[in-house]
Amino acid sequence: MRYVIIGNSAAAVGAIEAIRQHDTENPITVISDEPHHAYSRPLVCHLLGELVDEERMHYRPPDFYEQLQVEPMLGVRATAIDTQAKTVSLAGGGTVAYDRLLLAVGGKPVVPPVAGVDLDGVFTFTKWEDAQNIDRYIRDKDAQSALIVGGGLIGMKAVKALMARGLRLTVVELADRILSTSFDHTASKLAESILRRASAEVITGTTVKEIVDKDGHVDHAILQDGQVVDCDLVIFGIGVRPNLDLILPEPEKNTGIEVNRGIVVDERMQTSVEDVYAAGDCVETYDIILEVERPIAIWPHATRQGHVAGCNMAGVEKTYEGGFPMNSEDIAGVATIAVGLTAPEGQVPVEHLEEYEIIKRYDRAAQTYKRLVLHRGRLVGAICVGDIDRAGIYTGLIRDRVDVTPFKEHLLSGSFGLISLPKEYRKHMVVGEGIIV
Amino acid sequence: MKRVYVNEEYCIGCRLCEIHCLVQHSQSKKIIKAYKEEAPQLMPRLVFEEEGPLSFAMPCRHCADAPCLDACITGAMHRDEETEAVLCDEDKCVGCWMCVMACPFGAIQRNLKGTKAASKCDLCYGEEMPACVAHCPNEALTFEER
Repeated sequence: MRYVIIGNSAAAVGAIEAIRQHDTENPITVISDEPHHAYSRPLVCHLLGELVDEERMHYRPPDFYEQLQVEPMLGVRATAIDTQAKTVSLAGGGTVAYDRLLLAVGGKPVVPPVAGVDLDGVFTFTKWEDAQNIDRYIRDKDAQSALIVGGGLIGMKAVKALMARGLRLTVVELADRILSTSFDHTASKLAESILRRASAEVITGTTVKEIVDKDGHVDHAILQDGQVVDCDLVIFGIGVRPNLDLILPEPEKNTGIEVNRGIVVDERMQTSVEDVYAAGDCVETYDIILEVERPIAIWPHATRQGHVAGCNMAGVEKTYEGGFPMNSEDIAGVATIAVGLTAPEGQVPVEHLEEYEIIKRYDRAAQTYKRLVLHRGRLVGAICVGDIDRAGIYTGLIRDRVDVTPFKEHLLSGSFGLISLPKEYRKHMVVGEGIIV
Repeated sequence: MKRVYVNEEYCIGCRLCEIHCLVQHSQSKKIIKAYKEEAPQLMPRLVFEEEGPLSFAMPCRHCADAPCLDACITGAMHRDEETEAVLCDEDKCVGCWMCVMACPFGAIQRNLKGTKAASKCDLCYGEEMPACVAHCPNEALTFEER
């Protein structure tokens, strides 16, 4: 029996570790088009910002593959899957046979069809290679300024990196505010003012129309509203979507693997094809708050899904119950956390809005903001800007669907903690032997 | 594994757990030196909660299935093979606070004055008995296998 994993990030590592908990015998092969030993994608911005060195990119020890008896095929691209013959084809010829396959192929950055995207000095920002390319460009061209397209989480990571490098930054966001999918209006505006105070320019309500070169590399960008932004480089940080390159287009690829917005999987992380599993940013899974299947591309979910997939691949039944978005993001030195459904006003149908209650506290002097979203008495979302201490308690209340009505008035108090929770729930938490997610 | 268990009915709010936790994790291991010379870069690795007559200490639960391990982007948060404790390698931690977001006990804190890393209970690694338990005068904290 041979396990084959395509991909080498959080979901793949989660799966490898889970498989080896239950099966120390059968071989595992990891195929990745990147040449690197497993590394942390979220640290790519720290690497570019010179906040960590290359050694610290690796979040598992150098002998990880040897210890867990994994055969790594790094720098090798998987080009096709034959789900009938149970083989994976490789670029440059050759195939690898599998008995159980995991697709942990991640996401692909979204780049809109804008004039000039192919110019020297235009980048995406999700992989190690991106950080290397941008770093080299900054050094070679002595780049002083950058335009970051997209004011979401990837855009914020680009800001963090390039601010640390001392570049003059402009962020352009098509929505009327940055971080529009994870923040509400107030938090977004606060984040914008934090960025502006840190000398980044923020332009909302428009996006880039054309990137213009001088001698073949980026010189400036023209926005849809006509503004001209001088910049030595452009980073597209609009977002990622599931990487479906091995499956689409149908019917040419003919894998039989069902896809929707991402790869469709069951609770065991198995795709519609037996013995083919998928996990991480490439799949869509159950959003337990919105009660829909959708891709939620975040690190903790990828790790967990990989773990569940690995257990099932090794023959140990385990189910993934779904999740909800959660992110912890540093914005120009200010810690922020957004968990769950944070802004129902933009995310649920208008006729259901009355079921939601918002409680919030904005401390103008301290520049901190908290907003909690309740749905029929249960906490479903939380935003914390500036003060994030103990925010995980909110995450737990959201996950456990606890009715917070009896202690609602304590949720935003300065002394909020486990002590504010009903005795029964608290005792269950405090006395128990830790949670089983 | 052996864990620290909390019995809030027995807690008298003396906060000796906090003090001895800090001292145990200081360089000097001496109470006066730790507080006069090493604090405020040091902080207790448990959270003490108090409201009216009710109080308790909240150290990391060292969960069997720990959300902070899934959330950690650097590999700093790891399970010790020998003791099964969840430990944070503060040299690896970059302070992204994903663990703070993930921990439903709120048991992981930010050490902003010292290490700039996540600060949490390590069960006083290498000691037979965690300092908070050893110095709890009323057995509100116990260290046992259940």
